[in-house]
Amino acid sequence: MSRPQRLPGQRPLARTLLLAAGWTLVALLGTFALDPFRNYQLALVAAYLCATAGLTVLVGASGQLSLGHAALMAVGGYGYALTSNALPFGGVARFVVALLAGALVSAVVGLLLGLAAARLSGPYLAGLTLAVVVALPAVASTWSTVLHGDQGVQTAFEGVPDALRRVIALEQWQAMVAVVVAAVVVTGLTVLRGGRFGLRMQAVRDDEVAARLSGIPAGRVKVLAFTASSVAAGLGGAVLCFVAQAVSPGAYTVGFSLLLVVAVVIGGLGSILGAALGSAVVVLLPWLIGRLTAGLPTDAAQRLDGNLAVLVFGLLLITVMALAPQGLHGALTARRRPIDEPVRTEEHTKVLVPTEEQR
Amino acid sequence: MDRLVFLLGTGLARGAVLALFALALVLIWRGARVINFAQGAMAVVSTYVAFEVTALTGSYWLGLLAALVSGGVLGFAVERGVMRFASPRSPLSGVILAIGLVMVLQSALGIAFGPDYRPMRVPFDDSAVLVGGVPLLSPYDLFVLVTAVVVMVVLAVLFRWTSLGLQMRAAAFAPEVSRLLGVRVSRTVTLGWVLSSVVGSLAALLLVPTSLGLNPHATDSLFVLGFTVAVVGGLDSPVGALVGGVVVGVAMSLVTGYLGAGLVPIAVLGLLVLVLLLRPAGLFAAAAARHA
Repeated sequence: MSRPQRLPGQRPLARTLLLAAGWTLVALLGTFALDPFRNYQLALVAAYLCATAGLTVLVGASGQLSLGHAALMAVGGYGYALTSNALPFGGVARFVVALLAGALVSAVVGLLLGLAAARLSGPYLAGLTLAVVVALPAVASTWSTVLHGDQGVQTAFEGVPDALRRVIALEQWQAMVAVVVAAVVVTGLTVLRGGRFGLRMQAVRDDEVAARLSGIPAGRVKVLAFTASSVAAGLGGAVLCFVAQAVSPGAYTVGFSLLLVVAVVIGGLGSILGAALGSAVVVLLPWLIGRLTAGLPTDAAQRLDGNLAVLVFGLLLITVMALAPQGLHGALTARRRPIDEPVRTEEHTKVLVPTEEQR
Repeated sequence: MDRLVFLLGTGLARGAVLALFALALVLIWRGARVINFAQGAMAVVSTYVAFEVTALTGSYWLGLLAALVSGGVLGFAVERGVMRFASPRSPLSGVILAIGLVMVLQSALGIAFGPDYRPMRVPFDDSAVLVGGVPLLSPYDLFVLVTAVVVMVVLAVLFRWTSLGLQMRAAAFAPEVSRLLGVRVSRTVTLGWVLSSVVGSLAALLLVPTSLGLNPHATDSLFVLGFTVAVVGGLDSPVGALVGGVVVGVAMSLVTGYLGAGLVPIAVLGLLVLVLLLRPAGLFAAAAARHA
């Protein structure tokens, strides 16, 4: 028996899992060092990371852009909230079942959208998913007996389990749960992208005709990519609902959807590490700007509130896309070299008789 | 029956605006192979210009003129200042740049003018004229229809019967060959953006007085509707934009009248999904090259 053949750039599964476990442990221990508000922000970053990791894999590996991931998060949130309210039992079991239900509902919606998406190229899909986010408040108010219109659905309070209540505050517990869910999502996406399916996605992205000639079912690959991304976003929405104890259409606007795109682009399209950095920027920057403008008179502060952050994000998005499409991830991994030294590309010319210098 | 006729009339006027906006999208798609997601935000900037000029001078027509001029300037600035940086290898980079532009323009408007809805007035009576005892169209709807038709005729003449129009069409379909034959492709692309931005601004200016009022996000739904129209008609087809506009406008008017305005976004989504599943290239697209 020979060892299983590994594709170029592929990491062994065991090593991926080990790395994931290590980083998760670091993040979980890190929550002990943070105060409640920072833990709340960490929970937000983790929830956003679920959605942005899904989005970055979708854009980077399969070349489809979705402007509707906020709506998919909302779907996961509603799935979570409605299931959680319907279940007779409580505690951790309720959370897990509701989370899975949220993932399932977002998978179904993602599958339906993906079926339409499979026949579309980039800009068409972007427009379709934009229409989904725009329609979200209308959906919530049309089926208001279940979804309760603009008010949204409240869920029961999920406290810290009794065994841990003495050592862990509520915010820290929420952050830990969010980190674990995000870790599962990110690991799943990494394994998915690193394996055979990831190669198929890239083949379809780069040349769909050639991929189909090689026997790759391009349509199915696109549908599956969109569904996987949708499940990731749905889990993010479920976690957000768990933290906020409510889900309403007002939280998942077009603006929020675009913010997810900003996070993915400034992190570097296709990079999950970039998605994590981008999510942190998207959570922290508005808060920083809010603190800076807090001293202004009320009228000015009211106008700047929200708008200034969006302005900065818009400028960031344009600058990064125009000047450094690799984003933060590219900036981190770029080989450091003095600025004035020209880039030297290595030439692979065959040298038959090496000169003294080449030797 | 009277209600149906009235809804059809209103839908026709609304459809004309949608057709104009979709036409603006089609112009850029044909010229630069980019769907301009910033079209709505650019149009709302021009509408604010019109609003301010009208408030200063008291003349609606001066405001209209100012909106068209600012639309042209904005189209030029956006193409030369932002869209030039889009990577030709990735179709997504243009979309992402446009999204950044949407965020910048809308938040800048929000900072400058605040989030309030400002009602826009027009020098027309908005009560419907009775034709044979049936309320049909308001004079403003009539003005919208006539304006839309005039703009479309002008554009058709420009593209069909002028040398400039021929150059623009040639540059859009075969940029390399056109360049070899002496067409300044870069200039015609910019001109396409200017034209499209002017048409989009006009569409927004005609629509806003019939809606809630002027707000930085006033054109969000116009963009989604216009995009739907362009997809229904086929992004490559100006005639498709026209027919699609009327179809979508009438359909949305009927949905509003019989089922309620709240259902319009869902109906749009349903229509979009349906068309994309059945005929992804649009109803009026020319036969595409065969894939695989």
